[in-house]
Amino acid sequence: MSKLVLSHIDKYYGTNHVLKDLSLEIEDGDFMTLLGPSGCGKTTTLRVIAGLERPQNGNLTIDDNEIINCDDAYYAEPSKRNLNLVFQSYALWPHMTVFKNIAFGLKVKKMGTKEIEAAVMNSLRLMRIEEFKDRYPNELSGGQQQRVAIARAIASDPKLLLLDEPLSNLDAKLRIDMRSELKRLHKEMGTTIIYVTHDQVEALTMSTKIALFRDGRLVQVAKPIEFYMNPVDLKSADFIGNPRINFIDAVAELKEEGLKVSSELGTNVFPKDQLTDETLPTGEFKAVIGLRPEQIHVQKEPAPGLIPAKIYASQPAGSETLVTVSVGALNILAKEIGILDYVINEPVYLRINPNKLNVYNYESERLIKRVISKKLNDENDD
Amino acid sequence: MSGTKKPVTFKRLKNQFLSVVTNPFNLIVFITLVLLVVLIVIPLLRMLQTTFTLATSEIRRVPGGAAGDFTLYYWTRLFASELSATKLWKPLANSLMIGAVTSVIAVPLGAVLAWLMVRSDLPAKKIMGLLIIVPYMIPSWCKAMSWLAIFRNSRTGKPGLLEGFGLMIPDWLAYGPVAMILTMVLHYYAFSYIMVSSALRSVNSELEEMGEIQGASKLQILRKITLPLVTPAILSAAIMAFSKSIGTYGVAATLGLRAGYFTLSTQMRAALEGSSDTNLGYVMALLLIVMASGTIFANQKMVGTRKSYETVGGKGTRHTPIPLGKAKYPICGGLIIFLVIAMVFPTLILIMETFQVNTGGGYALSNLTTYYWTGVNDVTNQSVHVPGIFNNPEFLGALKNTILLTVITAVITALCGQILGYISARGRNKWYGKLTEQLVFVPYLMPSVAFSAIYLAMWSKPHWFIPSLYGTFALLVLTSVVKHFPFASRAGTANMMQISSELEEAAEIQGAGFFRRITRIIIPLAKQGFLSGFMLVFISIAKELDLIILLMSTKNRTLSYLAFTFSKDALPQMADAVTVCVLAFVLVSYWIAYRFGGADVSKSWG
Repeated sequence: MSKLVLSHIDKYYGTNHVLKDLSLEIEDGDFMTLLGPSGCGKTTTLRVIAGLERPQNGNLTIDDNEIINCDDAYYAEPSKRNLNLVFQSYALWPHMTVFKNIAFGLKVKKMGTKEIEAAVMNSLRLMRIEEFKDRYPNELSGGQQQRVAIARAIASDPKLLLLDEPLSNLDAKLRIDMRSELKRLHKEMGTTIIYVTHDQVEALTMSTKIALFRDGRLVQVAKPIEFYMNPVDLKSADFIGNPRINFIDAVAELKEEGLKVSSELGTNVFPKDQLTDETLPTGEFKAVIGLRPEQIHVQKEPAPGLIPAKIYASQPAGSETLVTVSVGALNILAKEIGILDYVINEPVYLRINPNKLNVYNYESERLIKRVISKKLNDENDD
Repeated sequence: MSGTKKPVTFKRLKNQFLSVVTNPFNLIVFITLVLLVVLIVIPLLRMLQTTFTLATSEIRRVPGGAAGDFTLYYWTRLFASELSATKLWKPLANSLMIGAVTSVIAVPLGAVLAWLMVRSDLPAKKIMGLLIIVPYMIPSWCKAMSWLAIFRNSRTGKPGLLEGFGLMIPDWLAYGPVAMILTMVLHYYAFSYIMVSSALRSVNSELEEMGEIQGASKLQILRKITLPLVTPAILSAAIMAFSKSIGTYGVAATLGLRAGYFTLSTQMRAALEGSSDTNLGYVMALLLIVMASGTIFANQKMVGTRKSYETVGGKGTRHTPIPLGKAKYPICGGLIIFLVIAMVFPTLILIMETFQVNTGGGYALSNLTTYYWTGVNDVTNQSVHVPGIFNNPEFLGALKNTILLTVITAVITALCGQILGYISARGRNKWYGKLTEQLVFVPYLMPSVAFSAIYLAMWSKPHWFIPSLYGTFALLVLTSVVKHFPFASRAGTANMMQISSELEEAAEIQGAGFFRRITRIIIPLAKQGFLSGFMLVFISIAKELDLIILLMSTKNRTLSYLAFTFSKDALPQMADAVTVCVLAFVLVSYWIAYRFGGADVSKSWG
């Protein structure tokens, strides 16, 4: 059982306001990823939770126990919070062997020698690095050091595991291996994990929930698919997804039958149940359509409902092909699976499911029309 | 700190109080800051106060004055009285002239050598590079002794080597500014060599190759690319050499006093040793401090911002040596001759003189003796009434004192340095870290002899619970420790910066308390750095003369002071023998430090 509630946290370094009125709830068993570009406050949040930084305002409770209460200047010791942290640098003690690195915290807790040995071996086995127990950290590769760092953090069986960009120092292949390793670990241990990263793929592939940070503020908290399908504002939509989402200028107006949106792609009317709670301006207003490249299907033959376009450029890359097409004066990017061959200026026809469009208010940059999809419903039913 | 103001509640105050008090780190920072204020700020202020306070010895001279009154007497006496010319202006002019000429000669010499050793294709660079910095390891007063062994004339002592050949050495050459300048040049050229060569090493030779591709000639590249890049280092070296040489005492006393040639520092000591006007000496000490710190500040202001040059060019690892062509072997030969004349030869003369019956009397067997090393006081065939150094209780006492002082001081200083370094490194952007760094830096701004004057003024009277330390060994230790704070703390900071704070945080999260983190994480990782810091402080103190000369009493003499005394008493062979011992001690220590401590000679002090 480990539910964590951060409320109204403010953190300043001197006059630099790095966390701005941050409130976040993390449920027991969550794999919560704090995502954002560097300098957005995600690592600071992690350090506040760990007890390595003291915020100026706000509260933190874990399982309803008070951990931080800024009004009373109360900050529980890091060691009293029953959590552990894996640093980006791993922070393995270079003068201790792998075994001693892992045993250190257990010795501090005054566990018996037998129990320590068992706990250390258990976490070594979990991370599959038993054979390295007598090596020193500098005798290990980056990936092995990474495993030791995690083994050290889980040896004391913490209720909450904090990971600060743990994969950023690994090469691309190892990163993929470690991703599945971490996901498996989360399932096996059932521990709540808070994971900091700037890598959206890590966030999308591993988390049960993602919290997006920007400039010290929390922008959106959502499950990965919802997060990908319906980013709350234009900046988030732009941040998430590779290749980037297409933005298409449009004009919108709220009518009796729904939201009428016109653009180069034609005119659509979206039923009101697809709209968000954002208040909309009366009359016509400027809007932006968000369209993911994989939602555009390029066809060679015309058919009713398809949008005529021309090939601008095509980039086959083995497993996928990126196709830039022009619709009128508009260039948009489509992603097709497999190797497809197009000739420049070849006429094509685009199939786009209006349900898969996001619409944003140009002025407020907020999401006004959501993507509807079966997967999303499944996720929300969980 | 911003954010909304919180209501002050009892609970809040209690928690704030507890979090400060229960953290041992806060306690250590607090104690350290208090100690730094007591050891550095208060003594300085005390001395300043002393110069404005009328002493008993001068009551007669100030009409209506009583001891302890506020007075401008000392300042006006030094700056605007019939004494000013001899006590202040003349010695001041001498100090400035010596400092200026020394750095004008030493710095270009060091810079050229640095370029040759780093950038050219000179043969046998490794051994030459080592030999070039040996003079830096030799204390400058030892070089003054070597100078005397060669140039001494019989008018003021016993004849030296050259007079033994029948050459009449005039006083102006034997003693005085020429001798001082040349001796100090030999010290500060090595100092500039170290500074400039490290700057040169950080310049990537690709920058020069780029110039070559653009069609620049070798000379153009040197003038337009290389030189501007190391100019900050050269300027720094010049200013530091100037600032250090104006405050030097040992060389100035050994080579100047016999000819009645005073610098500000020798004049200061004369004043402090006199029966009256001791407060004048403190005014002079302040003047020395203002001059030395002024130049160092000027250096930081002028060079500080441009210093970033040194790291420009990124890796700086690739070095393609520049061929010297035909000039290669002549230059190499010149360098060898220079090293022989400047270092090998004087040291040999110094050693040989310890074996001579009559100095300047040649090296015939009849004129050779081991008396000054092993002789027993035997009046029949010696004109000297002291036993050779190995049978001399004064020497043995001084040897014991020197070893005790160096070991005790080096241990304390290196330990303090690590603690100060820890506070500076962990408090990098916090007020206490900055304050610690600034306070620790203060002794660096003061010439050694002026610094010990401050301590003399402060601790020769009882303060709080501390009795008068005048003439005690404890005062020697205290002075040496605090004077070496800047150096030790810099080494400590560098050492602590290597230990990432995350290593400690990782232990903190595991529940390790402050002392456990220190003993289990910090100390094991800081050991190596501690050792090399210890060795460098150790050597620096073994060399020291300027710092301790004011604090000497008959009981606590050190080897360097003993050599100085023998030299003053016209016992050159004895003085030389002691000097040779110090030299051997220092060089062996350097070797040990280099071999086992991983210490870098170039980081050593003065």
